Amino acid sequence: MTIRPRKGWQPVDFAEAFHYRELLAFLVWRDIKIRYRQTLLGGLWAVLQPLIAMVIFTFVFNRLAGVKSDGPPYPLFAFAGLAPWTFFSTALSQSSNSLVTNHQLVSKVYFPRIFIPIGAVAALLMDLFFSLCLLGVLMIYYRWPLTIHALLVPVFMLGAVLSACGLGLILSALNVSFRDVKYAVPFMIQMGIFLTPVIYPIRYIPARWQVLMGLNPMAGVVLGFRYSLLGTSVMWQVMTLSMFVSVVLFIFGLFMFRRMERRFADVI
Amino acid sequence: MAPILEIRNIGKQYKLGRAFQRTETFREMLSRAFSSPFKGRSTENGQPKIKEESFWALRDVSFDVAEGDVIGIIGRNGAGKSTLLKVISRITDPTEGSIVLRGRMASLLEVGTGFHPELTGRENIFLNGAILGMRKAEIIAKFDEIVAFAEVEKFLDTPVKHYSSGMYVRLAFAVAAHLNPEILIVDEVLAVGDIAFQKKCLGKMNEVSRGGRTVLFVSHNMAAVENLCKRGVVLEKGRVAFDGNSKDAVHRYLNTLSGSQNASGHAIDLSGATDRRSMVEPLLKRIEFYTEGDRPVIEGLQIGARLKVRVQFELPNPTSSFNIGLGFNNIFGQRIFTAHSQFEPHRSGQEHCGLQTFICDIPSLTLMPGEYTLRLWLDIGNQEADLINDAARVTVLESDYYGTGKVPWNGTFVLKHHWYLEQAADAQ
Repeated sequence: MTIRPRKGWQPVDFAEAFHYRELLAFLVWRDIKIRYRQTLLGGLWAVLQPLIAMVIFTFVFNRLAGVKSDGPPYPLFAFAGLAPWTFFSTALSQSSNSLVTNHQLVSKVYFPRIFIPIGAVAALLMDLFFSLCLLGVLMIYYRWPLTIHALLVPVFMLGAVLSACGLGLILSALNVSFRDVKYAVPFMIQMGIFLTPVIYPIRYIPARWQVLMGLNPMAGVVLGFRYSLLGTSVMWQVMTLSMFVSVVLFIFGLFMFRRMERRFADVI
Repeated sequence: MAPILEIRNIGKQYKLGRAFQRTETFREMLSRAFSSPFKGRSTENGQPKIKEESFWALRDVSFDVAEGDVIGIIGRNGAGKSTLLKVISRITDPTEGSIVLRGRMASLLEVGTGFHPELTGRENIFLNGAILGMRKAEIIAKFDEIVAFAEVEKFLDTPVKHYSSGMYVRLAFAVAAHLNPEILIVDEVLAVGDIAFQKKCLGKMNEVSRGGRTVLFVSHNMAAVENLCKRGVVLEKGRVAFDGNSKDAVHRYLNTLSGSQNASGHAIDLSGATDRRSMVEPLLKRIEFYTEGDRPVIEGLQIGARLKVRVQFELPNPTSSFNIGLGFNNIFGQRIFTAHSQFEPHRSGQEHCGLQTFICDIPSLTLMPGEYTLRLWLDIGNQEADLINDAARVTVLESDYYGTGKVPWNGTFVLKHHWYLEQAADAQ
């Protein structure tokens, strides 16, 4: 193996990443292990957040503001959007800070750096799984039937993972040099929920603007979760555009991270 | 046979300009992009727009390492030893040159990297092993050996945050000692306060090197370098000053130390320090060390000797609210002692501005022999204005602190104390 200065854009070394795969598994395992250590409610937090948000949103937006869902009972409608949204927003805030919180690893050992932000995202998949289980319970409670479309859920989950990883890679790399990211991300997340059809159905947006919503990668994911789990109307255009955006974000994130990672140990 | 490690003209340049800018970069970058979107970033009339000061931490470093070589890399603070190890370990890219590696490498720049306080000893063995490049199967195979070496059997399922510092260090070293690479790169980790354990680690290292393994070893412990290594490379100001027999290398190094008594051994210019926390301005300028009678500290301090630290720094605006902190960390990064000017009861509330010198006078530094890394920081108002992680190192030398001809050998610090037998009642 030869070490020399690297220049310009370079693809991720997948062979190397594969060689180190066990470490990725360990990092994910560590994140899962320590997340709820020394908490009273432990893993319950994973489902408590979207559940409480669902109750409050139902009260504020459905009862007070009169927002209607497009078919299913509003609490179900809200929860099906909140589950992927909570995953995405937590994953984004964790992964964008991941390099800085793991600065010791970055400056003292070598391994593929992409594992740090990607591991942070992957560790949250378990939370998403738990909240989907809770959605199942809610569907039984509301007697809302599950259809064959549910088989499509993994596709939309992949969309959520790719967009969280893509943005996580970009923001964590920027965070190494510019700690502005630490302040920008919570704000982005706070505002993002309004730019994603989590609280309201997409038909509230004028028809000619609906496709634009697809530029938000999470819009397609939320629509997709509702379509495949609750059987709401399908919006292929928005969903495809969103999926396309998340793939582009992910690939761009990989390249950008690769380009910036050379300076991590010097700057962090 | 081709050498296992070929180092060719390695250079590493650090840009100081970037560090300076960092406080404002994002805003600057945006405003630059908007105000003059078509101008290049760094040129205006062909001249660099921002003066980027840079320095070479390493330059033209070349040497070969044959399989089975055990090489000690020695040099003063700032000579480039750690940078060289970081480049070889692939933690940071070289600016120029190349390195060819022909074998599985593991590097140990710090003991216990990645240890998580909330995880148990057992869990940390696995995590740390994986971080150091061991496979899961390998860790499982060596697990019992690691636990036995560390002597922590009873506490395997206790989170390491409840460990004593000695246990923590033993466990961390035990994992590292069981790495089985073809090339092992070790930085300073052997200068542990606990001499018994240090001997055990040296023994393990010896075993490793006799097993035909290639070892690159950075240390300030000259005895260890002479004992362990056949060959020594001396770095001076980022260049190879000597490469040969380890005894000659140590000799050469000690000569350069004593040859510069009044030059700079006791004083460190901090304006080029790279170990700064980002986002801060380089306000800390210089740190100097003196002992009794204001004699400069050259090689180290005896246990219990006076330590006077002079810190030069700049206050950009007039203020009366500023503080200097000085943290003594042992080589495992554990804080042993913090000296902070806010603990000083006799401070005037006067405003100061510009270049200042603050003196911290420690009448008796009662730390155990070993090397301590100093973290230095400046607070203005309640804000951290500058911070350098590894500003300087202080070596405490073995000496007869208690005046009995016996050198203290265990623990973290020394404390004057007395022993006497109680007069038995019937003796009266």
